[in-house]
Amino acid sequence: MTLATALPWRPLVRFGGSTALSVCAILLLIIVIWYAGTVKMNAGPLLDRYERAGRTEWSFSELVADAMSMERPVLPAPHQVAADFNKSVFQTSITSRRSLVYHAWVTLEAALLGFVLGTLLGIGLAIVIVHVAALERAMMPWIIASQTIPILAIAPMIIVVLGSFGVVGLAPKAIISAYLCFFPVAIGMVKGLTSPEPIHLDLMRTYNATTRQTLRFLRLPASLPFLFTSLKVAISLSVVGAIVGELPTGAQAGLGARLLAGSYYGQTVQIWSALIMAAILAGGCVGVIGMIQRGIDRRFGGTP
Amino acid sequence: MSSRNIARRRDSILAVALLCGIVALFLPLGRLGQWPLHLSPLLLWLAALGTMLLLFLCKLPPRYSAIICVAGSLLGAIGLHRLMADGAHGVGAPGLWLALIGHGLLVWRGLERISTALADRRGALSLAAAPLVFGLWLLFLWEMAVVGFDVPAVLLPAPSQIGDALVTASATLAADFVQTFIRAVIPGFVLGSAAGLLVGVLVDRVPFLQRGLLPIGNLVSALPIIGIAPIMVMWFGFDWQSKAAVVVIMTFFPMLVNTIAGLNALSRIERDLMATYAATYRQTLLRARLPAALPFIFNALKVNSTLALIGAIVAEFFGTPILGMGFRISTEVGRMNIPVVWATIAVAALAGSLSYGLIALAERWLTFWHPSFRRP
Repeated sequence: MTLATALPWRPLVRFGGSTALSVCAILLLIIVIWYAGTVKMNAGPLLDRYERAGRTEWSFSELVADAMSMERPVLPAPHQVAADFNKSVFQTSITSRRSLVYHAWVTLEAALLGFVLGTLLGIGLAIVIVHVAALERAMMPWIIASQTIPILAIAPMIIVVLGSFGVVGLAPKAIISAYLCFFPVAIGMVKGLTSPEPIHLDLMRTYNATTRQTLRFLRLPASLPFLFTSLKVAISLSVVGAIVGELPTGAQAGLGARLLAGSYYGQTVQIWSALIMAAILAGGCVGVIGMIQRGIDRRFGGTP
Repeated sequence: MSSRNIARRRDSILAVALLCGIVALFLPLGRLGQWPLHLSPLLLWLAALGTMLLLFLCKLPPRYSAIICVAGSLLGAIGLHRLMADGAHGVGAPGLWLALIGHGLLVWRGLERISTALADRRGALSLAAAPLVFGLWLLFLWEMAVVGFDVPAVLLPAPSQIGDALVTASATLAADFVQTFIRAVIPGFVLGSAAGLLVGVLVDRVPFLQRGLLPIGNLVSALPIIGIAPIMVMWFGFDWQSKAAVVVIMTFFPMLVNTIAGLNALSRIERDLMATYAATYRQTLLRARLPAALPFIFNALKVNSTLALIGAIVAEFFGTPILGMGFRISTEVGRMNIPVVWATIAVAALAGSLSYGLIALAERWLTFWHPSFRRP
């Protein structure tokens, strides 16, 4: 919930002229700093290598050129990452194990399944909580407190324990994602379902509306803005959950497995392109939810 | 509304609870056979049944009936637990499980009575009463289900086993806590949040940076930043430095975004007022804009307190010396020593909730003027 308030996506969507320009300038600046960092961070190992090769004379431009083309750089240059990304995304067939798209799909599958499960559970629990006063009083503090718990720490246990009972592959990762999604959605929906003002609830009562009708025609529509802010948090959490879910068992496929393999074998370029893929995945998912939100807003007569 | 109606009619939930409780007395109890006539479980359970009957027959004010409900539930819980310890076990003991259902209904009625009785109270104790009872009841159910059905500890250890692990492994857990929380989380949290705040204030001065950085910052705070953990481990080594670095990066962006948003929270009229006072930039910043930004800053601190712990623990999955909460979790999972894993998670949960609570207290203390803290 709290993260959601920090995520106004409008600046990106309304690509106003000056905003776009500033963003591009900043991105350019980041890339320049990145290149400088590449030279600086790779210089140490390179100089060691020169020394071992007995090379005493080297010019700065040679050093820069070597720093940009190391096999296993401390920090790969942006174009190296771009080349690896291009190779593993566009030049490799999607079904191949070397394709990043394949790994991204493995992760996305689990994340989406978990997201759907967690969201449905969260909405269900919120509806129950809103209608049973005693439950709200008894459970809400626990649900809020559970947000302060590093739930992700449970991930390896869920994977290994379920694995020892023969449940492997998609399901354990999806369970972790669902678990992570569940809490923000439940909290957001409780807030949303209780957001109608007393006067609106009174109006429903004068219509002699049943509880179900009040839910359908008043509470649910009123909760939509809250739902979508929670959903944006939830989907990025579910991607994180799926990635972390791939870490502990040394999964064969998925972005988390790519990260882990990269860190074992020192393939920094591979780590970076997997990271970029993860960023695109999470950003894309949040973007899709934003689009759905705008579509629904328009159908409800909201002004975008 | 509805609870008041229920109070006037005969209480059907309590009726079902009574029925379950009484029928349970005549059902077998697995290895224990029948309900033992001479033992305390029977007495305790009869006391619980007595409270159900009392509440069913008499119309008491909610405050008294809440207290009676809780007392009866407590006696019943002790009785049922004793019964299980004496040997009532597994599928062969329907008496125990039916009694447990009846007991659950009594607790449920108690929760409802507590929330009616304390509906208008705002004190910390009255707010904590219902969640406390609910939490204890969940722990009790967990214990009963796991022990009663012999769930293997690998799948889910009982709360008592986790408690044992907390005690026996306390030295290791303390060392892990120091390694992860004191060495990595706290410095990383402080550095990352401070850097985010500082950069936020700087960015705010330069409109160009603000326009350019804000969308990027927003984007980055939705990304799985945790993925940089392997890179940080590669750069800063296996010890706590790499974990602190992950924490710094994870906490930086939420703080940056919230600070920028908070510094813009001051309304036009208040800015104009500062201008009529001929306040300098620094005066406006310190006296008006930063205080107005405090709710946002605390929001970021709360988000960060959770993120920091997650970052440090997950970073330890990528390589660590033989210490740390993340290391403990991944190795003990590998050795199928699940109670210690749960104990570590309990420590992490406690640390997370306590730091969140501390931040919330500081917020209440510093932003007492904010509408959300005014008494209704």
